[in-house]
Amino acid sequence: MRRMTWFNATSLTLGFAFLYLPMVILVIYSFNESKLVTVWAGFSTKWYGELLRNEAFLDAAWVTVQVAVASSTIATVLGTMAAYVLVRAGRFHGRTLFSGMIYAPLVMPEVITGLSLLLLFIGIGLDRGILTIILAHTTFSMCYVSVVVSSRLVGFDRSLEEAALDLGCTPFESFRLVTLPIIAPAVISGWLLAFTLSLDDLVIASFTAGPSATTLPIKIFSAVRLGVSPEINALSTIMIAIVTVGVITASVISKRATLMQQRDEQAAARTA
Amino acid sequence: MAQTVFAPWDDPNEKPLIQFRNVTKRFGDFTAIDNLSQDIYAREFFALLGPSGCGKTTMMRMLAGFETPTEGQILIAGQDMAGVSPNKRPVNMMFQSYALFPHISVWENIAFGLKREGMEKAKIDARVTEMLRLTRLERFARRKPHQISGGQRQRVALARSLAKAPKLLLLDEPLGALDAKLRQDTQFELMDIQEKTGTTFVIVTHDQEEAMTVASRVAVMDEGQIMQVATPAVIYEQPNSVYVADFIGDVNIIEGAATPQGDGYDIAWAEGQPVLHVKTGKSFAPGQKCFLAIRPEKVGISAEEPTDAANKVQGQIIDIAYLGNLSTYHVQLADGTMMKAQIANTRRLSRRSLTWEDHVWLSWTDTAPVLLES
Repeated sequence: MRRMTWFNATSLTLGFAFLYLPMVILVIYSFNESKLVTVWAGFSTKWYGELLRNEAFLDAAWVTVQVAVASSTIATVLGTMAAYVLVRAGRFHGRTLFSGMIYAPLVMPEVITGLSLLLLFIGIGLDRGILTIILAHTTFSMCYVSVVVSSRLVGFDRSLEEAALDLGCTPFESFRLVTLPIIAPAVISGWLLAFTLSLDDLVIASFTAGPSATTLPIKIFSAVRLGVSPEINALSTIMIAIVTVGVITASVISKRATLMQQRDEQAAARTA
Repeated sequence: MAQTVFAPWDDPNEKPLIQFRNVTKRFGDFTAIDNLSQDIYAREFFALLGPSGCGKTTMMRMLAGFETPTEGQILIAGQDMAGVSPNKRPVNMMFQSYALFPHISVWENIAFGLKREGMEKAKIDARVTEMLRLTRLERFARRKPHQISGGQRQRVALARSLAKAPKLLLLDEPLGALDAKLRQDTQFELMDIQEKTGTTFVIVTHDQEEAMTVASRVAVMDEGQIMQVATPAVIYEQPNSVYVADFIGDVNIIEGAATPQGDGYDIAWAEGQPVLHVKTGKSFAPGQKCFLAIRPEKVGISAEEPTDAANKVQGQIIDIAYLGNLSTYHVQLADGTMMKAQIANTRRLSRRSLTWEDHVWLSWTDTAPVLLES
């Protein structure tokens, strides 16, 4: 029985309305002519133009992108290394403790992470700015990368690495030539996850940002406290668009890859 | 011209390629290999046969360098392998799961080891082409491993492990994933390739038929020890223990007490039954407990009492397993012992007279069984 019943249709509508209605309203009001957010005064794209002339927003956006790229890249390298050691190194003393400690930041309240980082930076006399935000974001996103990568490594056929060693690879070559290309999808999704987490982090960034560098979420948050402006709506719409395009592209690519593989395997079975 | 028999293990001047010297391997409390010594010679096709958990895979992994012996030494071509990492050994392995690299093509898989050696490009091309021809994979060179069938993957794995021309090739249950028909063809292909390349093969398998088919010598293993090493024919015809006799093929085991008689022994095996006579070179003390092992195909079955048989017992047919070319009759003897007799079905089914619940005679010569101490 696969029919769209009355009940199913209602659940679907309610569920999606709950999820997307706020965003739809935001997108609609970003095209509002009026400066007052709650009053519709006709269609206009003028707030997008305003946004492009707002230096403060553009600076913040640039800082955010730099932080996100740098921190997610460092986090991916460190997180992958951690995952590799925890999955591969077998039982060594303190393994359970280590793996527990890697995953602990996942459940740690962000306020505590932010505060402790702030104390550390003050303690070692590091001026707060773009560098401190990058370090802070690396710290908390690394464990997410590690979780994603280790789940892929657990299902990884170890004999592939042994085969590489057997054929003359050093352990590092075996990782670079065999393991890494095969777990690449997990590493990339780990990177994307870290990138997204960094993009929308407000709490940790507000602890570790300094006067020289402000990220977009901090900028938006402080702007909204003075009242929601249509410019913010426009900015948010752009961010929604970027995320949507990204998600759709990623799913189309992976879907196509799966289909291709299935077709190949069927063809192989037929010619066998 | 006299054909020389390939038997380097009988030649005292021959130097072994592989030497296990008192090797013990423990995993925690578990002893996987127990003080094992064994020589394997160049150009041999050596099979390690045994049930799962007998230590055969551990032996192979120690040769490849993935495990290190807890005690003892392993020598390859006279060189102690302790501390030599897997990538530095003149050994290649064909994995049970094939372990083909999924992200590169068949060609690249075969070239992988050669590239690591730093071989020139032209030489790599030539070598890979040669390997593809040897394993009849030319058409599939550009495909990825998931684009070919199971049998083809198995050949890629073989080509990849042979490409570096190792002194020793290890095969870990290489044909486990293939269906029966393909497995048989591949066994002959393996033997053919082994002969052409002159490589020493060590194969791990739990399939006794496979070991018998391909190997020059078979080592039957149990609980970390080698029970017997011999050619397939000797393993089958002259097993040295009940374990080996029972592990290889089908066998009837009759327990009894030996009494010297003529050039052999009389075996008293059941109250009120005539003794069984067997010729053997081994010596037993009078009254010593012994086991008579006899293969079902060496047991004759007839409705009338045979007149000229050295040994004969009476029984009743309980079951008949019809296998097409053969039939196995399960016969219950007077004391309740079950014996199997196997007869080739040379006649049409309708011409055969024996059926369920018939009273029959089983008979065999005095040289057909082997007499074992344990």
